Amino acid sequence: MSKVKELFNKYQVLVYILLLALLCAVPFILPKAVYVRYACNILMYATLAGSLNIINGYSGQTCLGQAGFFAIGAYTMAALSTKFGISFWLLLPFAGILAAFVGFLVSLPTLKLKGIYLSIVTLGASEIIRIIAQTWTPVTGGAMGIKQIPYPELFGLDTFRPKYYYFIFLVIAVVFLFVTKRVLNSRVGRSWIAIREDEIAAKSLGVQTSFYKSLNFMYGAFWAGVVGCAYAPFVNYIEASQFSTDTGFNVLAMIVIGGQGTLIGPIVGSTIVTLLTETLRFLESWRYVIYAVLIIAMMWLRPQGIAGASRSILAGGKIKRKKQAEGAEGGVTNG
Amino acid sequence: MADKRKPLLEAKGICKYFGGLKAVEEVDMQIMQGEIFGIIGPNGAGKTTFFNVCTGIYPPTKGKIFFEGEDITGISPEKAAQKRIARTFQNLQLFKFMTVLDNVKIGCHIKTSSNLFDAIVHTKKYRRDEEYAIEKSLDILRSIDLYEYRDTMAGNLSYGMQRKVEIARALALDPKILLLDEPAAGMNPPETRSLMEFIKMLNKEGYTITVIEHDMKFVMNSCDRILVLNFGEKIFEGTPDEVKVNKEVQSAYFGRGLVAGEALK
Repeated sequence: MSKVKELFNKYQVLVYILLLALLCAVPFILPKAVYVRYACNILMYATLAGSLNIINGYSGQTCLGQAGFFAIGAYTMAALSTKFGISFWLLLPFAGILAAFVGFLVSLPTLKLKGIYLSIVTLGASEIIRIIAQTWTPVTGGAMGIKQIPYPELFGLDTFRPKYYYFIFLVIAVVFLFVTKRVLNSRVGRSWIAIREDEIAAKSLGVQTSFYKSLNFMYGAFWAGVVGCAYAPFVNYIEASQFSTDTGFNVLAMIVIGGQGTLIGPIVGSTIVTLLTETLRFLESWRYVIYAVLIIAMMWLRPQGIAGASRSILAGGKIKRKKQAEGAEGGVTNG
Repeated sequence: MADKRKPLLEAKGICKYFGGLKAVEEVDMQIMQGEIFGIIGPNGAGKTTFFNVCTGIYPPTKGKIFFEGEDITGISPEKAAQKRIARTFQNLQLFKFMTVLDNVKIGCHIKTSSNLFDAIVHTKKYRRDEEYAIEKSLDILRSIDLYEYRDTMAGNLSYGMQRKVEIARALALDPKILLLDEPAAGMNPPETRSLMEFIKMLNKEGYTITVIEHDMKFVMNSCDRILVLNFGEKIFEGTPDEVKVNKEVQSAYFGRGLVAGEALK
């Protein structure tokens, strides 16, 4: 095991380059356009679930309202690009900032709340955003939604084909992972994890928990906004029902199944849930029952998820004393 | 001699009530720069509550706390830490699932200042902070004999070791005053002895230390002055030798009957 790790560390850069090359080749290898669409969905949801994982998995708060931040990003792109023709690439960071601002507002009342109460507030915020989208007709198109959202330009490629749109999602996912890994290995990331593990101890060491919880919400919301911005042109048409709490729970299911508190967890979760959704389509709404069973089983057997941080409070608060000397990797990301 | 120095942490008439329960009643305390100050008392005497009031976990019902002459009554624990009042907890508040090194690194929080931007771009400040955190943490771990356990998950260590990790973490704040809540609880005699030596050594290096402790050998051999609490009230304050012969302290610990000699008749 340690040898594999050693090898990995030695050729880390090479491994990443190979992996990236492989990911770049995916849309050309897959035989059907519809499969490429699935690949796009996987990448998109991986980043969206990743953004939720920042909040739920790293600082241990329970946000159920990720769909709201996602909606803000999507509507920012849809409204501003159709009305004023602003470029996708300009709107991408702007959508993120707007979502982060809303994230900040949502975080204000939640700083004094914990657990289930916090979840309710975030759930409510997400619903409020959806209802605003449904009723604010001049901006969001109301129940009609917004049609014909312009495709982003990308070196003159036909981005209306999933084959090329795939690269936009890939770039966002890679940038997200790169930036987030750096944040997590810093003073900021350590503070988030400290809050998750023991808030009183974090306070007694001078970590201003309110500030870091707020920052955590904003960071998570920022990336949800960015993904939302990329989502709008991909589907070309958005309306409020796409951002219902179902979407929020869908993303939550991904991180519960895939694993919280690691960077790889949401990717695993997104892959599993997206593939299940597609392969179980013939079951129609019965497939939600399968999700439910899967989530309950996960919570029971492995609360931190398939690839979750087993060395954390998320794993059910139990310490396994199997290997005393283990832990040589020492990173805060827990693998 | 000791009294001529400035008081570092001062409590004046501290009261803390939980509803009708008077946990702490009118306690005065002056901790001088550079001393080891002990707080003792039977179980439930209000020692930990008093500690929590001093470090901002609870606001006092009445009374004032001064630190370096500045009124810090009712500040938050974060602010107290920023004023470099460091503490440990009676029932251990470690980050159990993090490595020992990471635990101590979080203690370096207030001594570093890099933000989100620094972390993303890896600015010079970020690198300086990370270097500082690692160097400082390893130095502390070396001095407290935990260096070889730096990559072990804190929750996997023995109880006595976990106490030491907590002290190491508090030391990372570069504290002006270190408040230890029962540091020797759960330690075996040799461990207690080495902890005592360590605390004396820290004191020689210039740290002001306050300890709550039940181990009398520990308290009597290391503290310069001792405050005795019983049922939330201060019953005595003085040097270890004075405490040993004080009648009221004896009756608080052994009962009035024993002190008066009745129980043995």
